[in-house]
Amino acid sequence: MRADLDLIKDWVEPGKRVLDLCCGDGELLHHLQTEKQASGYGLEIGPENITQCISKGVNVIEQDIEEGLASIKDNTFDTVIMTQAIQIMMRPDEIVEEMLRIGKECIVTFPNFGHWRARGYLAFRGQMPVSKFLPYTWYNTPNTHFCTFKDFERLCVEKNIYIMDRTVVDNSHQHRWWIHLWPNMLGEIAIYRITK
Amino acid sequence: MPAVIPEDSVGIVQAQSIEFTEPLHLSCGRTLDAYHLTVETYGELNSDCSNAILICHALSGNHHVAGYYSMDDKKPGWWDSAIGPGKVIDTNKFFVIALNNLGGCHGSTGPNQVNPKTGKPYGPDFPIMTVDDWVESQARLADYYKIEQFAAIIGGSLGGMQALQWSINYPDRLRHCMVIAAAPKLSAQNIAFNEVARQAISKDSQFHGGHYYEQNEVPKVGLMLARMLGHITYLSDDGMKSKFGRDLRSGEISYDFTPQFEIESYLRYQGERFSTEFDANTYLLMTKALDYFDPTAKTGESLSQVLSKATAKFMVISFTTDWRFSPERSQEIVDALVYADKQVSYAEIEAAQGHDAFLIPIPRYLDVFKAYMQRVEGDTPSLNSQETI
Repeated sequence: MRADLDLIKDWVEPGKRVLDLCCGDGELLHHLQTEKQASGYGLEIGPENITQCISKGVNVIEQDIEEGLASIKDNTFDTVIMTQAIQIMMRPDEIVEEMLRIGKECIVTFPNFGHWRARGYLAFRGQMPVSKFLPYTWYNTPNTHFCTFKDFERLCVEKNIYIMDRTVVDNSHQHRWWIHLWPNMLGEIAIYRITK
Repeated sequence: MPAVIPEDSVGIVQAQSIEFTEPLHLSCGRTLDAYHLTVETYGELNSDCSNAILICHALSGNHHVAGYYSMDDKKPGWWDSAIGPGKVIDTNKFFVIALNNLGGCHGSTGPNQVNPKTGKPYGPDFPIMTVDDWVESQARLADYYKIEQFAAIIGGSLGGMQALQWSINYPDRLRHCMVIAAAPKLSAQNIAFNEVARQAISKDSQFHGGHYYEQNEVPKVGLMLARMLGHITYLSDDGMKSKFGRDLRSGEISYDFTPQFEIESYLRYQGERFSTEFDANTYLLMTKALDYFDPTAKTGESLSQVLSKATAKFMVISFTTDWRFSPERSQEIVDALVYADKQVSYAEIEAAQGHDAFLIPIPRYLDVFKAYMQRVEGDTPSLNSQETI
């Protein structure tokens, strides 16, 4: 299991109602269902992923979240999750607000563009960073809204979003003690648990 | 005609008629004292009767869903692409039941059958049927086979509406509900199209107020027009464009009113064929059942409140170019199920064929269908534990 998903699992209490936005092949939901007796759905638009979810017994709904979540009523879910997808959204701020409207709490993970490698790439090469972890070039990347931990936390302040928990991991999704000394420089993936 | 029966076909099949003598009280207030249903089944019912799947048909469908009646048959049943040994609805594993609904014209009690009280065909005196009535008659059919709970009830279009109604009326009698290319109720536009079709039939000079059997006549023109209109709503603009475009039959415009565009002759052909195979009174009844379908009408509750009774797991499927029952209509069902905290999956299949797509073996449609049927299989105890051949 992807390590950020493994960490998220611990933040979801048993028996909760979960919505996983951009749920991929349903791996996280499958684990939450079998290990935490969670119920809920994944939203996904990839045909292959949707079939995989159905095969796993994960409830999946084909819906483009960019077209809005208006059909979902307020506070329908205990936890709304979005892993590694906020940076590909047209309006991450609006998505976060929508997530907090339909869910009591939200878990968001994203790549930290403030990591020293990204900073170094831009500073020394003068080019947008390309790495194994972020393999796209500027013209074909789906990641149109990169942010750093600091940026995300500023958004939370502006929108009166309360950060319940946060953690950072490296790109192999491992906790390292030294990351926490300077997360915005040393952490590669941010994991936030937020509420209104 | 198949030269040999394909390996994944259910093969040569036979319909049977099953009699029911317990009176059926209908939504319209009338009662059918006795009736019969024409049925086909494929596969074997297992000892605990847990592997049954009910297929509900749409407006012009019937009980002949799969297989051939003889080696001379031109075409197999209407959903042969989905049902057979090794197919998505695998008859090696499941016992599949398909029936001709009451009011139909393919053998079940309906307007073209003799009313035992009068000795004449029911004709226009046959009571108006609703989806609720069909569900009730199908439940009795399940009783006949001693099936307490279906592994799944599956239907497209009007068939999907029956599956949905089942999940509300008999929540404990189905584990899975597949609602394909359907809607939670008809829109004004849907009803409008149905009304034009009904007018075309009832205004035909050979309709005789529905008593055309006695006159030895058939309102062929009206039925043909109704079918042509219906057919337009089953196809999509894109589908028509790619299939016919503005192609001319002779290559030249003839400046008269003969059919010159391919689409014109196609629609005429479809209409004419239909008018010889289908009963006008049944067509009227089926369109009315569609118009009246609204699971919320009885109680005035919201769709999610009505569906809160359901215990089945749902799979909802729509097709991108379907404008008769568009993906938005399927999403209404999905939204209501989500709000009611029900188990539901939803796929919107990219397809150019419009509403008709639900009958066509589109690869992604079959992938989704197959994946879901694995889940149905997993929830069927006997299939889960025993090796099937």
